[in-house]
Amino acid sequence: MTAALGAIGPRSAAAPKEHSSSSLIRIYLVEAKYELYKLLRLPAFVIPSLGFPMMFYALFGLLLPTKGAGVDIAKYLMATYGAFGVIGIALFSLGVGVASERGQGWLAVKRASPMPVSAYFFGKFAMALCFSGLLVVLLCLMGAIFGHVRMPASQWLMLGLVEMLGGIPFCAAGIAVAYLVGPNSAPAIVNAFYLPSAFLSGLFIPAEMLPSFLRGFAQFLPPYHLARLALTAIGIEPMSKLPIHIGALALFAVLFTTLAVIAFRRDEGKTYG
Amino acid sequence: MTSHPETVANLDHATKHYGKFVALRDVSLDVLRGEVLSLLGPNGAGKTTSVKLMLGLSSPTTGKATLFGGDPRKAANRRRVGAMLQVGKVPETLKVREHIDQFRGYYPSPLPVDDVLELGGLEGIEDKKFGELSGGQRQRVLFALALCGDPELLFLDEPTLGFDVEVRRAFWKQIRAYVSRGRTVLLTTHYLEEADALADRIVVIDKGSIVADGTPDEIKGRVSGRRVRCVTRIAENEIKAMPGVTGVVIEGDRMEIMTSVAEPLVRQLLARDASLSGLEVTSVGLEDAFLSLIDKEHAA
Repeated sequence: MTAALGAIGPRSAAAPKEHSSSSLIRIYLVEAKYELYKLLRLPAFVIPSLGFPMMFYALFGLLLPTKGAGVDIAKYLMATYGAFGVIGIALFSLGVGVASERGQGWLAVKRASPMPVSAYFFGKFAMALCFSGLLVVLLCLMGAIFGHVRMPASQWLMLGLVEMLGGIPFCAAGIAVAYLVGPNSAPAIVNAFYLPSAFLSGLFIPAEMLPSFLRGFAQFLPPYHLARLALTAIGIEPMSKLPIHIGALALFAVLFTTLAVIAFRRDEGKTYG
Repeated sequence: MTSHPETVANLDHATKHYGKFVALRDVSLDVLRGEVLSLLGPNGAGKTTSVKLMLGLSSPTTGKATLFGGDPRKAANRRRVGAMLQVGKVPETLKVREHIDQFRGYYPSPLPVDDVLELGGLEGIEDKKFGELSGGQRQRVLFALALCGDPELLFLDEPTLGFDVEVRRAFWKQIRAYVSRGRTVLLTTHYLEEADALADRIVVIDKGSIVADGTPDEIKGRVSGRRVRCVTRIAENEIKAMPGVTGVVIEGDRMEIMTSVAEPLVRQLLARDASLSGLEVTSVGLEDAFLSLIDKEHAA
């Protein structure tokens, strides 16, 4: 009877703490480390997440004529391909990655261990941040060396910071997708959102070059606002619009996080893993 | 109280629905400290569901599941168990040693790496990536990961599913080596031979309900029987009325008779038909026994 009560009652005072803070930090770091190892060795992840944005930037930002619509294309696309890459890393590592590990039962194996599920998400998140940082640095090097982009140090730093942090709402969107759909449909759903919205948001070619009816549509897409924030950081987008973009991205962040939490909770106790 | 072995995991009138499908129907089960308990049943019997409930990976629709008398989802309880589950895909780019290091990282005082490698039989392949391993080796890695925390209670969910006999027997040796350390094991399998080889107690489960519970000998005893084959002119109906006969199957000109005891039946057969030939008496195989047990329970 006491056993039965223990299962449903509040945690008794005598019970050990779930995790001491030092062991929690250790678990978080272990997760992040091996998440990074795992994906660094996976060409199917590295090539699309780092290679594609760099290749597109080289083609459209560096090789084609660098003047258009009155903007420095090399500088402009350096920022927008950064946003493109960061979004892709978030959606694919968290969305497709979690959906697959959940669907294949690997997450259940980890959850049967004392690993807190927060550590699992932290590992994915930390890895996405590392890859995002790496991609932004690589794109900036390409821009500086081959595109002759020159900016004050503060703008380089701001660009890196905006793009890395700007990936967070998309990490939440990834988790929502992973818990709402099965492992087989996750890649299709992510791609169906990712590529069209990246195009419409002006990540491939400057939004100013898109027909006006498409530009109006872009306002409703989260990648658009991340790109505009990145362009604000490097002085292309006027500062006056900063509150709009921050507000819009924050709104999407809240929306995606809520969706992710609802989807995750719905899954708990049902399939769990 | 001390005479009762401690219950380390339990299901208390647990029922689990997946939509309209009832995976488990009012199942009560105690896993006692120190025993090797085998949950035996065909595919879809509710074995994996039982394990998932006791591990807190899934919640019962009604009833309760406990681990060490408490909530299976609590880290303090999960530190005391290890679980080898059925997995579709394991990250393939991590090396065996890295997988082990990662899982050891989840526990405050894990087993030393060398012990884990030895218990899993992974010496020599520790620096291979998971994707480079054979099926048997992969399964041993999953077994080793379950041992990283030096668990008091080990869950093995269909550990040898799809293996050939040799690999399976080699794996049994590994499991026995762990069991010899005095630990508790809950093993699910649909091979009676496996349950018989490893378990102290067998709980037979089918269609979400427990149909039998006993030592391997008791379980086998409940279904022990003989199969008598012969070529005879005696009519099927007449044979069915003979002592102990539980079933008759006609295979061409041969007759296959299932009986609880062979000797009185054979005596009668020979007395009734002097021209009877091709007489053969065999014991019923374990797998047949197991199947007949399940059929019997459902017919009852």
